[in-house]
Amino acid sequence: MDAIGLNYVLAIGAVLFVCGVICMTTKRNGIGVLMGVELVLNGANLNFVAFARYSSMGLDGHVISLFVIVLAAAEAAVALAIALNFYNNHLTIDVDRGDELRG
Amino acid sequence: MNIEQLLFALFALATCGGAISVVICQNVVRMAFSLIICLASVSALFFLLSADFVGATQLMVYVGGTIVLLIFGVMLTSSSTLLQIRTSPAEGFLAAGIGVLFLSVFSFTVWSVDWDRNEAKLAGVTAVEGVAPQGYNEASSGNTVRPLAMSFVGLRPDKAGKAPGYLLPFEIVSVHLLVVLVGAAYLARTKRRVSAES
Amino acid sequence: MSLILAAESLAEIISSITGCESCSVAIAAVVHVALVGAFFGLPAAVFIWAERKVSARIQDRLGPTRVGGRFGWLQALADGGKLVQKEDLAPEAADKPLFRVAPYVVVIASFAAFMFLPFTDGWSAVSLDVGMFLLFAMLSLEVIGVILAGYASGSKWALFGGMREAAQMVSYEIPMSICALVPIVMAGTLNLNEVIHYQSAGWVNGLPPFLHWNVFNPVAGPAFIVYFVCATASCKRAPFDLAEAESELVAGFLTEYSGMRWSFFFLAEYASMFLVSAVAAILFLGGWDDGFGIVRSLKGSSTNVLDPSVILGNAIGAGILMLKASKLVLLQIWVRWTLPRLRIDQVMTTCLKYLLPMSCALFLAAVIYPMALVLQTGRPQLLPLSAPITKAAVATAIETDVEIAAVDGEVTE
Repeated sequence: MDAIGLNYVLAIGAVLFVCGVICMTTKRNGIGVLMGVELVLNGANLNFVAFARYSSMGLDGHVISLFVIVLAAAEAAVALAIALNFYNNHLTIDVDRGDELRG
Repeated sequence: MNIEQLLFALFALATCGGAISVVICQNVVRMAFSLIICLASVSALFFLLSADFVGATQLMVYVGGTIVLLIFGVMLTSSSTLLQIRTSPAEGFLAAGIGVLFLSVFSFTVWSVDWDRNEAKLAGVTAVEGVAPQGYNEASSGNTVRPLAMSFVGLRPDKAGKAPGYLLPFEIVSVHLLVVLVGAAYLARTKRRVSAES
Repeated sequence: MSLILAAESLAEIISSITGCESCSVAIAAVVHVALVGAFFGLPAAVFIWAERKVSARIQDRLGPTRVGGRFGWLQALADGGKLVQKEDLAPEAADKPLFRVAPYVVVIASFAAFMFLPFTDGWSAVSLDVGMFLLFAMLSLEVIGVILAGYASGSKWALFGGMREAAQMVSYEIPMSICALVPIVMAGTLNLNEVIHYQSAGWVNGLPPFLHWNVFNPVAGPAFIVYFVCATASCKRAPFDLAEAESELVAGFLTEYSGMRWSFFFLAEYASMFLVSAVAAILFLGGWDDGFGIVRSLKGSSTNVLDPSVILGNAIGAGILMLKASKLVLLQIWVRWTLPRLRIDQVMTTCLKYLLPMSCALFLAAVIYPMALVLQTGRPQLLPLSAPITKAAVATAIETDVEIAAVDGEVTE
């Protein structure tokens, strides 16, 4: 049943991806950068699930999506630990302050 | 315009609106809230695309887990509310321009592919007559729990046993999660904070 | 999920009357939402009244006796009226949009989980094969509302209360889900209706049918107790209600809320209590099945919705499920007014050091125990509740699995 059409879902995935990339590049808050990463991963997930539905990819698309979700959760945990350490060392979460290579 | 298209339009609007609002907001807690709306709408889109299990996992793991983690991180790293970390307007315009260009490149690429012709070619090569395991509801309505569960144990009846299951990646990801979370908990342990004077 | 699934049979009836398919789906969805809304709001109102009466009797006083007769039946209505006409106040330092949105997030999360409850065989708003998983996913969205409420109130009592509350709710979800998985693993499906079908049986070998309920199973019985304790904690009820206690943190994350917004939080709390009690009744106590096979025999095997005996069976089943869930809610109310409160570190210790290992051990036992029993005695239960599986049938099943694995291994041939 092609009520929606593959191109539209892919377009939404593209919007999510682009928003995520812009978020990663322009945000100065470290947690904001992490949110950009989550948006990028969700755009990719939407693509996979769309292809699982509209092409012969089938179940593989769903499995890949599940793995992406799980790995994104793991990566968010580590990234948050890094952000906490950054905050402890610089007393601010502004990533522009981390411009010295020593210490 | 039937109801499926209406729902799709609604959730697509919520998704894109949430994503754009994440980029635009300057207050990080409002960004987190917009991200929650965006991810919950993505989960709704998964349900519309007949991916029930993936949608439920998205809600439970992403929205109920990862975002809560991010919000805890926001609370733990917040400076005083008087100090706002803002992007300068010039950077904002530049980012918007680059974003629009990037999005148009993507959309043009996606729209110029003839998916049906590709699909016909692929189906000729990879089509396999398999058995779709039935559950309580019909397989066509998004019942993906049993096929997914069987693929994680190594069985692929929907490809007549000609494709390997996902047992090894499943085990690797399980151990990976354990190691990563233990490591993250260790990294984030309470350490002596650098004092403001030094 | 094809959205047609959400309102299937009712939509067919309506479209046969009106002939317009998409508007019949919309009408059916509206009817379902209204029914679920009724099941969400009315039990909450009744339990608010019940809490005041039961707590009063436990404390040797009378409770509400004036509004609506001798027993104060309409007290909940009077409370609602009072709260509606209060001034809608938000503190100066509050983040106003988030402050306003937080109660709605909690109510939406709690309300959405009601969609998956089977009030009787076939009477659930949405009957999905991932029902149980999605229900817990919806419950885990409540945490976000609590955190938002705590942050957006702009006061440190609210923030600390909100953070503690969120930590408690998130921690107790884990043993709750693992214990809920024990009957799921035994029934072999995440669909709540099928779990009830697994527990409903006739008179086998002269034993009454209620012995099929999961609570009488030596592994799922303790799982019921652990699940109920975790569910009480995740509903922020005493003895785990530190973050709401007046003596500790003023009122925790609810400090700055008054009037209708406060009542939304309490509506969601009582509805969540009813929800987790209904889930416990479905998973462990047999759901809409009465223990003597009456509902089964009334429904027979007819799927015609308009048959009178089927309607009677459905109504009795729905009443039985509400009765079981209400009894569990009364148990929660009873426990609240009997036991003293735990400190926050005791709350977290109970979860992580006691309940979590217990639930993991129960889950392991849930897998090993039936398997060991079948290999020894041919039945997955101790009592003779089903026909024994013969050794030949077990051997054939093992052979078939070996065959499937062999075919699966032949990738190139």
